[in-house]
Amino acid sequence: MTTFSVPIDNGDSMKIAEEESQRTLYPYVTGTSIVAIKYKDGVLMASDMGGSYGSTLRYKNIERVKAIGKHSLLGASGEISDFQEILRYLDELTLNDNMWDDGNSLGPKEIHNYLTRVMYNRRNKFNPLWNTLVLGGVKNGKSYLGMVSMIGVSFEDDHVATGFGNHLARPILRDEWHADLSFEDGVKLLEKCMRVLLYRDRSAINKLQIAKITEEGVTVSQPYSLKTYWEFSSFHNPTAGAAGSW
Amino acid sequence: MDLNLDAPHSMGTTIIGVTYNGGVVLGADSRTSTGMYVANRASDKITQLTDNVYVCRSGSAADSQVVSDYVRYFLHQHTIQHGQPATVKVSANLIRMLAYNNKNMLQTGLIVGGWDKYEGGKIYGIPLGGTVVEQPFAIGGSGSSYLYGFFDQAWKDNMTKEEAEQLVVKAVSLAIARDGASGGVVRTVIINSEGVTRNFYPGDKLQLWHEELEPQNSLLDILNAAGPEPMAM
Repeated sequence: MTTFSVPIDNGDSMKIAEEESQRTLYPYVTGTSIVAIKYKDGVLMASDMGGSYGSTLRYKNIERVKAIGKHSLLGASGEISDFQEILRYLDELTLNDNMWDDGNSLGPKEIHNYLTRVMYNRRNKFNPLWNTLVLGGVKNGKSYLGMVSMIGVSFEDDHVATGFGNHLARPILRDEWHADLSFEDGVKLLEKCMRVLLYRDRSAINKLQIAKITEEGVTVSQPYSLKTYWEFSSFHNPTAGAAGSW
Repeated sequence: MDLNLDAPHSMGTTIIGVTYNGGVVLGADSRTSTGMYVANRASDKITQLTDNVYVCRSGSAADSQVVSDYVRYFLHQHTIQHGQPATVKVSANLIRMLAYNNKNMLQTGLIVGGWDKYEGGKIYGIPLGGTVVEQPFAIGGSGSSYLYGFFDQAWKDNMTKEEAEQLVVKAVSLAIARDGASGGVVRTVIINSEGVTRNFYPGDKLQLWHEELEPQNSLLDILNAAGPEPMAM
């Protein structure tokens, strides 16, 4: 009988343990839906100002839509700390772009492409940035609106929404959006969507901002609240039609 | 026992930071627990980072201590290099850097508060995950669950130093009444342009809440003081 010694190799199990500790497992402080549409002069983007911590509505003053350079607007849902990190990456990107001092500046298409690469590469390392991002902008008269998810799925469209907005807002937009909406009609359409989200999304709060981007630049509205409607008679008397029911 | 691993971990402790007209007041309880046992009933959870910036620690005691130590070290170097005290914002961002980059391993929620000559009194909340949020007031730790409603009602902007400290002491005391992971004494630290003041409020200096009784030395004192009523069934 021959015996031989097998070198003890803890390598693989140790390495796997190290890899495990590098994954982002779950988000902590999260933002809910973003809804955005193209309109006549550019793009409108709406979000509420909530940061949820599990089921607690913990933070009520988080700005989830930010201007990027002169031509773009970035809205984020998902983990806020990852969004803050993405803003830092974009700061560096736009700073370096500025330093070329060549009169060029990164447009929304370029920013969207950069973000897509970042998100997809993190996904491949099983360590995603836990966000769904909405990128809107106007450059040289052309409006742009796109989205990137935490797994790197990326596309452009005339109207986009994240999270619950996909289920509740997009059907409204598919029905009522049309090209060349005026600013007023665009805002009313977004508010219609945001009101539904307020009724039906548990993590939505009644404090929102609507941001506008046009060739002239970015404006983010002051925070405001929407009126809600409760005067259906069946709300006042839910069991009127079926006495004794729940 | 149902272990819901997806919910955020709630943390032993109550910590609070509020801004007032001229500075900030930080407050905390003093209980450190290992499971059900109270390992330290008089801990100091408000830790100094620089002369003008302090941090309230919650969650894992070890994680919050090591993060504080690193940040104190970085801030010390930063102060030497700049020749002047570090700002509250810089302190908060250094904590964020450690909290975010080690988010998979750390389990600590922090409230940074201080005073600097550029921005005055500022409070930054840094919850699990490494988000930084500048707030007029911040609450954290497991005891904070019981204080959201309280602060929604009681908070007002531009308080005086006395009002702010009273609010903090009242709030920590209310949280201690209901949160098993919070207890002991209430410590406060007030930071403004004049400097730093530490205060200490043991249980007997605090107001009594619902169903709490005045502490006595012994039943015998009650029996001797009153008539036969104390023993009536």
